[in-house]
Amino acid sequence: MSDATAPSPTAPTSSLLKQDERTRRRNRAETRFRAYGMAAVIVGILALILLLTSILSNGLSSFRQTFITFPVTLAEERLDPQGNRDPAEMARVTTFGYAPLLGQSFVEHVQSIGIETGLGPREMAAMISDEAPGQLRAMVLANPELVGETITLELLAGGRIDGFFKGRVTMASAERDNNVSPEQLLLAEALREQGVMETRFNWNFITAPDASGQRPEAAGLGVAILGSFYMMIVVLVLALPIGVAASIYLEEFAPKNRFTDLIEVNISNLAAVPSIVFGILGLAIFINFAGLPQSAPIVGGLVLTLMTLPTIIIATRASLRAVPPSIRSAALGLGASKMQSVFHHVLPLAAPGILTGTIIGLAQALGETAPLLLIGMVAFVREYPSAPPDGFFDPASALPVQVYNWTQRSDPAFVERASGAIIVLLVFLIFMNAVAILLRRRFERRW
Amino acid sequence: MNDMRAVERDVDTNDLKITARGVDVFYGDTHAIKDVDVDIVDNTVTAFIGPSGCGKSTFLRCLNRMNDTIDVARVEGSIMLDGEDIYDPKVDPVQLRAKVGMVFQKPNPFPKSIYDNVAYGPRIHGLAKDKAALDEIVEKSLRRAALWDEAKDRLDQPGTGLSGGQQQRLCIARAVATNPEVLLMDEPCSALDPIATAQIEELIDELRSRYSVVIVTHSMQQAARVSQKTAFFHLGELVEFGETGHIFTNPSDPRTESYITGRIG
Repeated sequence: MSDATAPSPTAPTSSLLKQDERTRRRNRAETRFRAYGMAAVIVGILALILLLTSILSNGLSSFRQTFITFPVTLAEERLDPQGNRDPAEMARVTTFGYAPLLGQSFVEHVQSIGIETGLGPREMAAMISDEAPGQLRAMVLANPELVGETITLELLAGGRIDGFFKGRVTMASAERDNNVSPEQLLLAEALREQGVMETRFNWNFITAPDASGQRPEAAGLGVAILGSFYMMIVVLVLALPIGVAASIYLEEFAPKNRFTDLIEVNISNLAAVPSIVFGILGLAIFINFAGLPQSAPIVGGLVLTLMTLPTIIIATRASLRAVPPSIRSAALGLGASKMQSVFHHVLPLAAPGILTGTIIGLAQALGETAPLLLIGMVAFVREYPSAPPDGFFDPASALPVQVYNWTQRSDPAFVERASGAIIVLLVFLIFMNAVAILLRRRFERRW
Repeated sequence: MNDMRAVERDVDTNDLKITARGVDVFYGDTHAIKDVDVDIVDNTVTAFIGPSGCGKSTFLRCLNRMNDTIDVARVEGSIMLDGEDIYDPKVDPVQLRAKVGMVFQKPNPFPKSIYDNVAYGPRIHGLAKDKAALDEIVEKSLRRAALWDEAKDRLDQPGTGLSGGQQQRLCIARAVATNPEVLLMDEPCSALDPIATAQIEELIDELRSRYSVVIVTHSMQQAARVSQKTAFFHLGELVEFGETGHIFTNPSDPRTESYITGRIG
């Protein structure tokens, strides 16, 4: 259509080579917005880097521990006065019977390698961990034939000595410390030069049980890892089938009416319930009413199952809904029953989403602390839980609770151990997420 | 193709396969199909034509009770397949759908191999005793769907990797594999290019020798090319039903004439 007032096509109203004010303003707004976005991403990355560096710098040293190696003479008259190697008789000798042996052997060894020190025997013996006599006693009771022999042992050094080699304890701080003296540190330095003391990788941090507040050097994560692992088994075994069955029913079979609407709203709400509320529920129902034992992985697992269910149901329903309806029609049109269409076609297509949701739910459960405090998993547990299924009912700890527990203790060595426990927890979480990604890739490639 | 070809063709038999009487369909409060009577003759292609939203697909989906999967849908009236009421409470829709196969508008192969796509129906209905029998059914079905030559060397490859026309023929092979008596096709060519469409139409004509085929189509030319009987739907009513040649050359209802000549629709 032509218009009389329109400019003739040969006379352009503006040049494309020159931006007008409106375009410039729009471009500026876009540039600003991009800058905000970049800034937000950078803040996020910086926070992550800060978090990781702080945890790693504090915690990595907990995987290394200082050990003292020296020959110990297991004097028969102290350990087996009757001389008959009867374990029952030998068990009467407590750790107080072993401690002087260790101290004496240590003093002799220091003298024999020719290190001069002004320390008395008692102060020298104090450099060995309080845990060592107990370990030696367990070893001797397990092998009574060792009595009377001289064996070379690698024993834990005390927490302060270990802290000295890791830079936590200094000469200046030792002056003010009742538990360690500068002379002991000097001796430790000399022993390290002689190769008697050595700081090396310590598997016991991962495998050993917790230790009391006076023996940070012996504390480990073994019971906590086992407890967390048992709880994850309980959660997986309960939450995955219940969650998937509930989702399939709600998504594929349930009639759409007010009752199912109500259920749906409640599931979404459950996902937002504070986790400590689940802890109170677990305490009231599983422990007080059902009479399950306290501190047991089964109770922790049940509570975490309740917490994880909404996550799994929501993820599963979302991935079921993402399967194109044409697949269902195709199966139904061929004479497949509703259940066949769901199990043969819809579920395999939804599986990657379901697995991812489940693993993310599990990861959430693994890091959950608050409900476990209420059901007694915060207790000090030194005994490993036995093998499943009995182990589910034995007292155990859990990784995040162990972190919480260690941060409560006074000895500064526990700061390092708590950070170390966080590293272990993070490694497990990263591993689980990696598995989720791998499974997802693998299943998706099949189609 | 010559549209006038339709006039020359006759209906081969007069055995009634499906008789629908006084069928009404409601979607909630919407009255989607109003009092429709249709007879589907065996070994014929019956085309349902009409403008969008006229209810032709809805009616088609009544014939294998696919409307059951929609919660709010309600069907009244009687639809008899070989003299048995398919809406009888004793009828299991699953069994019915094995007898009345369906091909959908959009090709919807399962995301599995070509072989598994075709073998799925026979497997769930237990039609094959062993692997050899299943292989035979798969080959026969793919041959009937004119896909064997293209697919025989890639049976283990995913059905979703085929072209659109091949996928639709795979869906036809899949429907044929359960040995149905009636084949319902809901606009089977609307997502295909003209060459693939021509192939499918040729195939429909061949399928007629074994099954009665009911096809919903938007294209009047297609209806004229492939069908012997045509039903014209408009606003949920069956306006006219009869020999295709008759409907296209000498419609008795003015609405049919308007639609065929392009004035409505």
